[in-house]
Amino acid sequence: MSKPYTPPMPLTWWNKNTAYRLFMLRELSSVFVALFVLELLCFVSQVGQGEEAMDQFIKSLDNPLYLLYHVIVLAFALLHSITWFNLTPKVMVIRLGEEKVPDVLVAGSNYVACLVVSLLLWWIVKG
Amino acid sequence: MTEIIEHDVLIVGGGGAGLRAAIAIAEADPSLSIAVVSKVYPMRSHTVSAEGGAAAVIRPEDSLEDHIYDTISGADWLADQDAVEAFVNEAPREMTQLEHWGCPWSRNPDGTVAVRPFGGMKIERTWFAADKTGFHMLHALFQTSLKYEPVKRYDEWFATQLLVEDGRCVGVTAIELRTGQVRGIVAGAVIICTGGAGRLWPFTTNAAIKTGDGMAMAYRAGIALKDMEFVQYHPTGLPGTGILITEASRGEGGVLINKDGHRYLQDYDLGKPLDVSDPEHPQKRTMELGPRDKLSQCFIKEQQAGRTFEGEYGHYVHLDVTHLGEKKINKKIPFVRELARNYVGIDPVYDPIPVRPVLHYVMGGIHTDINGATSMPGLFAVGECACVNINGANRLGSNSLTELLVFGARAGQEAVNFAAAQSKPQTGPLEAQVRDEQQRIAGQFINKTGGTERLVTLRTEMNEAMESGVGIYRDAAGTQAACDKMAELQDRFQHVSLDDHSLSFNTELTAALELENMLDIARASSLAANVRQESRGAHQRTDFPPPRDDDNWLKHSLAFRTDDGPRIEHLDVTITRWPPAKRTYGS
Amino acid sequence: MPDEKITLEILRYHPETDEEPSFQTFEVPYHEDWVVLDAINWIKEHVDGTLTYRWSCRMGVCGSCGMMVNGTPRLTCAVFLNEFHPEPIKIEPLAYFPVERDLVTVMDSFMEKLQSVKPWLIRNEDEEKPLEEGEYLQSPAELASYKQFSMCINCMLCYAACPVTGLESEFVGPAAIALGMRYNRDSRDQGREQRQEVIASHDAIWNCTFVGECSVVCPKDVDPAGAIQQAKVESTIDWYTSLLPWTKK
Repeated sequence: MSKPYTPPMPLTWWNKNTAYRLFMLRELSSVFVALFVLELLCFVSQVGQGEEAMDQFIKSLDNPLYLLYHVIVLAFALLHSITWFNLTPKVMVIRLGEEKVPDVLVAGSNYVACLVVSLLLWWIVKG
Repeated sequence: MTEIIEHDVLIVGGGGAGLRAAIAIAEADPSLSIAVVSKVYPMRSHTVSAEGGAAAVIRPEDSLEDHIYDTISGADWLADQDAVEAFVNEAPREMTQLEHWGCPWSRNPDGTVAVRPFGGMKIERTWFAADKTGFHMLHALFQTSLKYEPVKRYDEWFATQLLVEDGRCVGVTAIELRTGQVRGIVAGAVIICTGGAGRLWPFTTNAAIKTGDGMAMAYRAGIALKDMEFVQYHPTGLPGTGILITEASRGEGGVLINKDGHRYLQDYDLGKPLDVSDPEHPQKRTMELGPRDKLSQCFIKEQQAGRTFEGEYGHYVHLDVTHLGEKKINKKIPFVRELARNYVGIDPVYDPIPVRPVLHYVMGGIHTDINGATSMPGLFAVGECACVNINGANRLGSNSLTELLVFGARAGQEAVNFAAAQSKPQTGPLEAQVRDEQQRIAGQFINKTGGTERLVTLRTEMNEAMESGVGIYRDAAGTQAACDKMAELQDRFQHVSLDDHSLSFNTELTAALELENMLDIARASSLAANVRQESRGAHQRTDFPPPRDDDNWLKHSLAFRTDDGPRIEHLDVTITRWPPAKRTYGS
Repeated sequence: MPDEKITLEILRYHPETDEEPSFQTFEVPYHEDWVVLDAINWIKEHVDGTLTYRWSCRMGVCGSCGMMVNGTPRLTCAVFLNEFHPEPIKIEPLAYFPVERDLVTVMDSFMEKLQSVKPWLIRNEDEEKPLEEGEYLQSPAELASYKQFSMCINCMLCYAACPVTGLESEFVGPAAIALGMRYNRDSRDQGREQRQEVIASHDAIWNCTFVGECSVVCPKDVDPAGAIQQAKVESTIDWYTSLLPWTKK
């Protein structure tokens, strides 16, 4: 006779191993990135309403809880970027004849591009 | 409940030969329903483990005549020349067909299929997909077979017996493993493609499933097993596990050295060695590219002379490929590197690989004609389980993969013709045969308790007797001892009892049925080895040393089953244009 | 040490007597050069003939002997006991598959998924090359572009590593999608459009959340995760291209 047993999928499946946990964190990171984008949009809108509104917005952020929140957001943003940068070689396969361009180069080019853009922004902001 | 399933053609075995036959039938007549019964999922079949390549003439400077001559001389003139000729002639078309089905053959820079040198072949004619040729061929065939709707697979069904009606084969009984039910599968024609029987021996490259089930089924139904004394030891297997290190490693330039660092093959009439840096190295039909039987025999001579290494798993020599360099090794023989690193902890880029001869292939098998037809109407056989015979006393490396294709296609076509010309089998009377088989299996194994023998004991004793009696070198006493042992083990097999008395996926039951099959074949093989009083190819009798004796033994042996053990008869070899001559290498 | 032992905790399930699986512990002689499969074979031969599992080639190419070894999908013929000794080893059937008995899983849906991607060479009807004209030409670079995806042995470790296969039973899954991509990438093939129906569907690539573990556990470096992401990129480009006014509808 045949009576297959189908193992149940526990609700805590994502806590089964480190790889799954890291994956969930990566997924979660997008929430924080999105929240920060919303905050940035608010900020832009305040800037549009004049210097006073902008100052008030900045002042409203001036407390330890917000600082902590921003540290967390930064950590998730970094996790998000790093994990995705490291995954690019899987998505983007570049071949030169029979040889595949090494993963390190593909992933590395992301980091380099990120650094260049960041420096450029910093240069613009600092004027 | 007895259930009979009906198809037009039934194939037993889902490896390279079975799948090729299935596709041939589906293409010949799309209206036919085709059953493929296999004890494993097709992609698990042992074709998957073949490494080096498949031979077919493709280069303009090569010729069919040369491939034929290489095969016949490699076979020590025991091959049937009409069969070899048909095989060689049809090989290029079949190989091209597989290319059209997507097999990822390795390529030359201009995009044509690349070929490599192989043992006993005069010129490069072995097609390859790196060193996983069998794997790629099997998967290409399996995946291609999926597009043919008439092909209905019965995966993990274990065939136990031929169904015979008025002397004609009309199907098989098979156990559906997941339910344990015995069913009858009836068809107008049956093709057995169940592979070889390497598991008769303890030290083998063969997978666990290579237990000669199809050979035993045919043998018990009264069909002869042909040339069962001829078994091939591959010269390079890993000590301990017996994992195959492909001949392609020598085709690409690897060399064999003994413990004194000497390329010992030069001492055994296999030609003069060229330095590995010589552009002519490796030379075809010379030294490391000699045939497998001779290379394995040389190893034994070296061992007897005390010039082999000795390790935990017996004697060994070194296969050195270090001079090929990492790049070539990665490109041409990456699997060799993977296997050596995983299983003996040696990276062949830097160190030589320990190797020793290991049982690899059974040249003999179910006696068939040039179309795969057996002496029983409606029954065909193809592949290692069959003996057409193109391999004679020694198969050349890379001929067997091509054999699956050429004779798979031939037998498929023949089976279509046969089934079309016959009336459909009557299923009614067969129900009783199916019921009997279910009762036999239940009575003898599943419901039986209180037996005194364990499977592993019998299997180990069988393995030991085959190794010592029917190995690379044989004599009258050793082969006789093996015959006696098999008779004894067959008696003791009646007292086997299993731990597993259930119907669901009972793998102890299948192991028992496999052992029962192996004992039958082992007995035929050892008697055939005992009867042939000469040395030829892979059959070396120390009491009848070379040269071979064409006057008395240029003939096939046929083993028939009787209740008192096998009976051996003989059959002339078909000689057409290539009269027996001296078999020379390295000149 | 000849009398050293190692403990195997094996998940057993017998459909005729059990409602659900439970662990059974076996003591096995420890040999440094034994793989986990050797230990399991030893148990079956010497201790308990009812232990049920699949195996065949014992050289990592037939794909039969995949099991969960201490929670990770592995080919048991390629994992050595010395990786764990003296700690015990926990053996379970491949995760997310129904269990037929003990370590034997039900493969039916996997086989259907494999077939669903049309894993065979497809040529346009009038563009079949006659056999007499020889092989299709394919440069070594063209071969290299799909070779990696052709190395899959169907061992299903990737399915057992992928939580999506556990959550969504219809998910076509890593090996099957990679196999579809193997043919899409083959310069001889013209069947991509036919395969897109399945591959670009919700049940295939768009169900994948890129956990990436399929590629981590793959014993043959096929990189199914890569295949799936590449298919996503290509399907996205297809969609945008279809919006362009000059694209033929």
